Amino acid sequence: MSRAPLLPVRFQVGDAVEVLDLGKAGHVRTPHYVRHKRGEILQFCGYFLNPEALSVGDVSGPPVPLYRVRFRMKDLWPEEVRSEQDVLCIEIYDHWLTPATHPLPEDTP
Amino acid sequence: MSEPNPHTVHAHEHTIHDHDHDHDHHAPSLVMEDEAGNLDGQQLVDALQAVLVRKGILSPGEITLEIQAIEAPGTHLGAKIVARAWTDPGFKARLLANGKNGAAELGLKVGEAQLVVVENTAEEHNLIVCTLCSCYPRSLLGQPPSWYISKAYRARAVREPATVLREFGLALPAGTAIHVHDSNADMRFLVLPLRPPGTEHLDEPGLQALVTRDAMIGVAQALRP
Repeated sequence: MSRAPLLPVRFQVGDAVEVLDLGKAGHVRTPHYVRHKRGEILQFCGYFLNPEALSVGDVSGPPVPLYRVRFRMKDLWPEEVRSEQDVLCIEIYDHWLTPATHPLPEDTP
Repeated sequence: MSEPNPHTVHAHEHTIHDHDHDHDHHAPSLVMEDEAGNLDGQQLVDALQAVLVRKGILSPGEITLEIQAIEAPGTHLGAKIVARAWTDPGFKARLLANGKNGAAELGLKVGEAQLVVVENTAEEHNLIVCTLCSCYPRSLLGQPPSWYISKAYRARAVREPATVLREFGLALPAGTAIHVHDSNADMRFLVLPLRPPGTEHLDEPGLQALVTRDAMIGVAQALRP
């Protein structure tokens, strides 16, 4: 019985990433408030079946790398005043992520 | 079908992955009732259960046992983990590295895929929310409180966490970084609260009594003795 090789782990801890907006309907686990936002990889969580397929009974895989991604609150909600140091961490499946084309902007005074 | 059924209130918990797939789109069903007091969706669940029982696929006794199993976990399990972490630095390190393995050391089985334990410090406070539904470490804390499932908490915890915490009565020292964890996928999260001052003399059972559900979600600190 052959088994397809695992999808590559494309990101390392600390990598700057941007969340895609794939425009998918259904059981999507990437909330809108992080789409198009930039953050950094906090942790690789392992491989999990894609919930978008799993929710309709498709367990054929392949398992997808899952990461925890950390965002600065001020990047998520730039129009609101909030403390500089607050962050939000969320799990994002690999296919919703792309490398950020340039580094995260430095803190501005 | 409209007869009271002791099982139906819990039927929404019978999910394969503790993922509550339906809550995303039907979250109001937990709180909205019709004129007769039925929860939205309850009649459907009643009908399904009646068919399964009639066909001999399930017995009412099995359903009751399953409900008991679902309801058996409670805050006391999470409190055991926290109290041990407060008293055993080696355990704490292993727990923070891998929550599931840490829980297993205490004989606690985490039913979810993985457990991530996040540690509060003097500089950092952690808060757990599931914006998309009601993901929660049920195998360790039992069923989530109703406010955790509410749309207001889910929307606001990721947007104005400091305000939400103040409404819960938790005013953090100025400069404390709030780390919000949106439990949206396969991880489950447990907050390791700060050990309260004045607890040096307490043994593990004494410490466990200070560890509340809210402290392990991150909307409160552990109790003071």
